[in-house]
Amino acid sequence: MGTVLKIENLHKSFKLGFLLKKKEILRGISLSVEQGEVFGYLGPNGAGKTTTIKCILGLIFPEKGKIEIFSHPHLSPKAKEKIGFLPENPYFYDHLTASEFLDYYSQLFLLKKGEKEEKIKNLIRLVNLEDSADLQLRKFSRGMLQRIGMAQALLNDPSLAFLDEPLGGLDPLGRKEMRDIIVRLKDEGKTVFLSSHILQDIEMICDRVAIIVNGKIINQGALHDLISEKILFTEVILSGVEEKELEGLGEYFSGHGDRTLLKVFKEENVEKVLQHVQSKNGKVHSLIPRTETLEDLFVEIVKQR
Amino acid sequence: MKIKAIAFNTFKEAIRDRILYLLLFFAAVCIIFSRLLALLTVGDKVKIIKDVGLTSISLFGALMAILMGTGLVFKEIDKKTIYTIVSKPIHRYQFLLGKFFGLIFTLFIMLLLMSFIFLAWVFFHTFTIEWEMFVAILFIFFELCLVTSVALLFSCFSTPILSSIFSLAFYVIGHTAWGLETLIKKIPPGMGKTLVQALYHFIPDLENFNFKTEIVQHLDIPSEVFLYSILYGFFYTLFVLIIAVLVFRKRDFI
Repeated sequence: MGTVLKIENLHKSFKLGFLLKKKEILRGISLSVEQGEVFGYLGPNGAGKTTTIKCILGLIFPEKGKIEIFSHPHLSPKAKEKIGFLPENPYFYDHLTASEFLDYYSQLFLLKKGEKEEKIKNLIRLVNLEDSADLQLRKFSRGMLQRIGMAQALLNDPSLAFLDEPLGGLDPLGRKEMRDIIVRLKDEGKTVFLSSHILQDIEMICDRVAIIVNGKIINQGALHDLISEKILFTEVILSGVEEKELEGLGEYFSGHGDRTLLKVFKEENVEKVLQHVQSKNGKVHSLIPRTETLEDLFVEIVKQR
Repeated sequence: MKIKAIAFNTFKEAIRDRILYLLLFFAAVCIIFSRLLALLTVGDKVKIIKDVGLTSISLFGALMAILMGTGLVFKEIDKKTIYTIVSKPIHRYQFLLGKFFGLIFTLFIMLLLMSFIFLAWVFFHTFTIEWEMFVAILFIFFELCLVTSVALLFSCFSTPILSSIFSLAFYVIGHTAWGLETLIKKIPPGMGKTLVQALYHFIPDLENFNFKTEIVQHLDIPSEVFLYSILYGFFYTLFVLIIAVLVFRKRDFI
């Protein structure tokens, strides 16, 4: 596996306001993305995720630092031929229909006529927009725009796809479809650079992540290295037992009807709870051990800062 | 090919803009109402119709170039459509030239439509098709190319309102620059004269594209004058486009 994206000591600031006060957005970002992985780029709002992506794609120019895509300088056409990009809140030429839009963009890659038509048809099918192919983009919903945005990002069959908040604003079904497309890209051996703050999705599909806070990478690595697999507590949902009887065994969390949710922190107490419920002829509805999640790690890091 | 794709999309977008048709409508109204002006003025009524008609084509063509040209790049940045274009294997100058040629093609079509209305109106009065009018219209087109490049330049770094004001100022100054020539003759030699002379050479002289009077009055125009105007228009437009490219290539799309 080779490195497909390498960023070294990236700095970017913007001059804001009437007095053109300088605001540092990126403060020495360094990271690398390996071929074939789904790389999650996480951070709270305003951390510098989109600014990093804009620097990589040549939409803005960094003051300092080096960016290489497939060992080419990031602004070279050779590098750009191999990448695809889905922006956050995509807005496209709304006077075009979905097919016209993809046709226009395919011309920017100099695709041949036959190849172009076939590709457009396949992509429209992939993003499930076959019924809306001849509809103007101004009539598209947010989710449909996101999907046609994904299609344009894949027009050149990119080896590296940059997806900026691809799951934002989608309904659960749309999110699942988008996740499936990303997983499919990975299965095809493509690399995905995914910026998002929907942590459950990141956790589900990413191999490695980097967490950016205030323009600095705070933590990066493989997900299994970052998140501890140690059981933090066990969630037990039970009924037929009085709350008072469970005191000391765990933390009473909430009750719904006759059911009680109990958070048990010690493993030996789980056994005691089960024995107690059995002795009282109660019922255990579920028992779920909880390990650390990416969200826990993310919240902890952001709070520390 | 990439420039052509962007130009074609710009054209498709531009012809859907209602302001274009509003200006076309007013141009047509002015051409038709030139007959009224001819009634109120002493002189050959056909010549007045031709003069007012050509002036209307020039003025409304310039308004189209300014109002559409100033939003050309700004709109792309504002609506963020430029993000997905610039991230493709395309040079920024290709994008800019595509936008320029797209609008030029739109203006060409509009100019043809206005010319058709104008020539039909002249035909209605003279029962002859006056092909020499196309010479005046061709130079109006060259002028519009220059005005479009200026509007595009302002659009690269300013808002549409400010860009429109700047471009309009360029148009007005361009048509009144000949006054400086008279001023140069009247100022005594010295620093002031040198400054005015420098200013005269720097600011555009759009009167170089104005052959309306000569064509309407059937006056002879030496071919060198035509050649000079064509070269002037070409190099001035090229110069402005190069500045626009230089401004645009280092611009951050925030």
